[in-house]
Amino acid sequence: MSALLTIISRNWYDIRDLSNLSNAILERIRDAGGPGWLVYVVSALLGAGGIVAFIGGAAIINIWIERRVVGRMQSRLGPNRLGPFGLLQPIADAIKLMQKEVLQPRVADALVFSVAPIAFTVPGIVVLAVLPWGRNMTLADLDVGVVFILAMSSLAALAVFTGGYGSNNKYALFGAMRVIAMLVTYEIPSVLALLGLVLFTGTMNLASIVLFQEKYWLPLVLVQPLPFLIYFISSSAELNRTPADLAEAESEIAGGYHVEYSGMKFGLFYAAELINCVAISAIMATVFLGGWWTYKLDEIVPGWMLFIGKIYAVYFLFVWTRGTLPRFRIDQLLAFAWKWMTPMAFINIVVVAAEVLIWTETGWSAGLLLPVYVAVNGAFAVALIVGWVRFMGPKFSRFPDRPRFYSGIDVPSLPAYRQPAPEATGIGTAPSSTGVA
Amino acid sequence: MTIKSDLIEVNIGPQHPSTHGVFRMVALIDGERIVDVKMVVGYLHRSMEKLAEERTYTQNIPFTDRMDYLAAMTSNLGYCLSVEKLAGIDVPERAQVLRVIFAELQRIASHCMATGAFINDCGAWQTPVMYTFRDREKVLDLFEMTCGARITTNYMRIGGVAFDIPDEFLPALDKLVNDDLPYRFEEYDRLLVGNEIILMRARDVGVVTPEMAINASLSGPMLRSAGIAWDLRKADPYCGYDQYEFDIPVGYNGDAYDRMVLRIEEMKQSLRIIRQAMHALPSGPHKTEVPLAIRPPAGEAYSRIESPKGEIGFYVVSDGGAAPYRWHVRAPSLINLSVLKEMTVGQTIADAIVTLGSIDINVGEVDR
Repeated sequence: MSALLTIISRNWYDIRDLSNLSNAILERIRDAGGPGWLVYVVSALLGAGGIVAFIGGAAIINIWIERRVVGRMQSRLGPNRLGPFGLLQPIADAIKLMQKEVLQPRVADALVFSVAPIAFTVPGIVVLAVLPWGRNMTLADLDVGVVFILAMSSLAALAVFTGGYGSNNKYALFGAMRVIAMLVTYEIPSVLALLGLVLFTGTMNLASIVLFQEKYWLPLVLVQPLPFLIYFISSSAELNRTPADLAEAESEIAGGYHVEYSGMKFGLFYAAELINCVAISAIMATVFLGGWWTYKLDEIVPGWMLFIGKIYAVYFLFVWTRGTLPRFRIDQLLAFAWKWMTPMAFINIVVVAAEVLIWTETGWSAGLLLPVYVAVNGAFAVALIVGWVRFMGPKFSRFPDRPRFYSGIDVPSLPAYRQPAPEATGIGTAPSSTGVA
Repeated sequence: MTIKSDLIEVNIGPQHPSTHGVFRMVALIDGERIVDVKMVVGYLHRSMEKLAEERTYTQNIPFTDRMDYLAAMTSNLGYCLSVEKLAGIDVPERAQVLRVIFAELQRIASHCMATGAFINDCGAWQTPVMYTFRDREKVLDLFEMTCGARITTNYMRIGGVAFDIPDEFLPALDKLVNDDLPYRFEEYDRLLVGNEIILMRARDVGVVTPEMAINASLSGPMLRSAGIAWDLRKADPYCGYDQYEFDIPVGYNGDAYDRMVLRIEEMKQSLRIIRQAMHALPSGPHKTEVPLAIRPPAGEAYSRIESPKGEIGFYVVSDGGAAPYRWHVRAPSLINLSVLKEMTVGQTIADAIVTLGSIDINVGEVDR
């Protein structure tokens, strides 16, 4: 086995690292005397093409995965007719959406209305460019990669606001208002969660974060379990996924920001939601689960395959919560961020800072300190969550959960009930600027 | 600090995923908070009460299917009882017990639908609906086995029931009430009762006080959630309900959560009744032979039963002819809906949807 690996190592057919293939092509160009800039253009196009191909495939396949997985959770089959296991169903859906008429309300802001679906799609794709797909497989190796992905993932919410506001529809406006409230609120815990990681690893470069995990033989989720949870919850709020899908909230505001969209514009929103979900899953797979590195496994199995496997493992968590949980109310969701996740993330940063200080000041070996940190942080996360639930959690003890039982009828004698006189309200009249007419 | 804002008038319905049909709610909204609500009903008005005056008493039974199409059996039953009272028709013992079995099965089916749709209104992504529909399907299978129809059963007849049960019915019923459903209801208990998110969403939402409930003449789970133990099966027994042992679950607070839990408990009580009725099923005719165009003596009759939604009453006036002179339905959905404004004003839109879901209206019955 190892002999075989030595033979294929660093040749173009060594698919463990696709950079070998692109390097071979670039060398061919150089040997043929191509101009210097051509090498840059070709390498950029190769990487971008790969990422766009992946995201296009993922958008199709994720619809199928989501529907099948949720179908199993709901004790039904999901799409299983078109093609093997129903795999062609999303393609049929896409064709149907393309054939549909694209309606645009006359009162909508035409430019804003049209740009929103595109603006919603782009950030999810761009994020994947800065992620390391393999040891040498980063399209744009940014030194401030963490800042970049945070900036990009909040752009998507802005696009949702644009679409909701530009639709000139009351339901869409509700969705837009809610998404801004959620953006302002949930950006803080998600930044703080990643800040703990940056403190611990000492770098903002995503490739270096993976290398850190490889160096110390430790996926960061073990040493940072609380930020994993916080980032997962706050990004599911940013992604508009149940239990935080308040911006679309089908049962309340009938689709919210995309209520006026039809045809492929709606299809873009639908696909971009899944693309953004893949992007967030990829971020979590990189910074928490080790990215392409998986102990010794990445020497045999191509790292990018392991990375995609991890992306879908995280994606399964998103699908799972979506299939399981009811939705929060907007005030409850915002209170959850301010009262729970933000303070917890702050406390976590203090703890991480202390741990990093101990590590650097004492100079004790990582082999000694890291297992202690794993145990301490795990216990700390459990204790913090349990304590917070105990002291800050909602109190429902006022009424019992269960009803009481009567074997016969029992009507209490009640004082005479007077219905309050109906108040004059403004329904049916145009709302005046002073409020109720 | 108060922010000056304009009020927005929003139409929730008639085309909206959560209004359970074509009910329309015009809400005046300040931000997310509801200032005023106006209810608009009548989009599904089919003039059944007037049409009934042109048809014979037996021909009117299918109308009752289409009023509360989620609880056709109990609507059938209520109407047949009122005509039997008017014409003085006796019902055989076997038909009485069959009516109890089917009415309670229908209560389970309707409450399954109500519970699932309620959690769906709370924002769960179809999962609870799929779970409760799975159990509702099993009940509807039994209906299909007996009378050929699943939703609009048209099963009760004046003087009994339309068909006797087939041979395979009792084993299937035994399996359902002793094996399948008890396990399922325990599962609902584990998943729903005490669930933190549902508590957060439904506790203290859409509160009905006992005074309000009695003043507005509410009935069914709406009334019982307010802490009043009133059930027509106990208070005014029909079809021999006084022979069965069961309890009335009663809530404490009158909020949406209480109503959801009450429905789950009522389904368990229905299982108890069905088990007793199965063992008490006598042999004999399933129907008293009555003329197809029955002509009751001139007079009037009102009979009421406990439908899954509440007290459904049928008022029939006869002038001695083959068709009712006047037919009026006391629809529990409409009357339970009448307190919607008091329940929702001051809450958010999300709460209003949850409140509406917890009332468990059926627009077919509201508009008739």
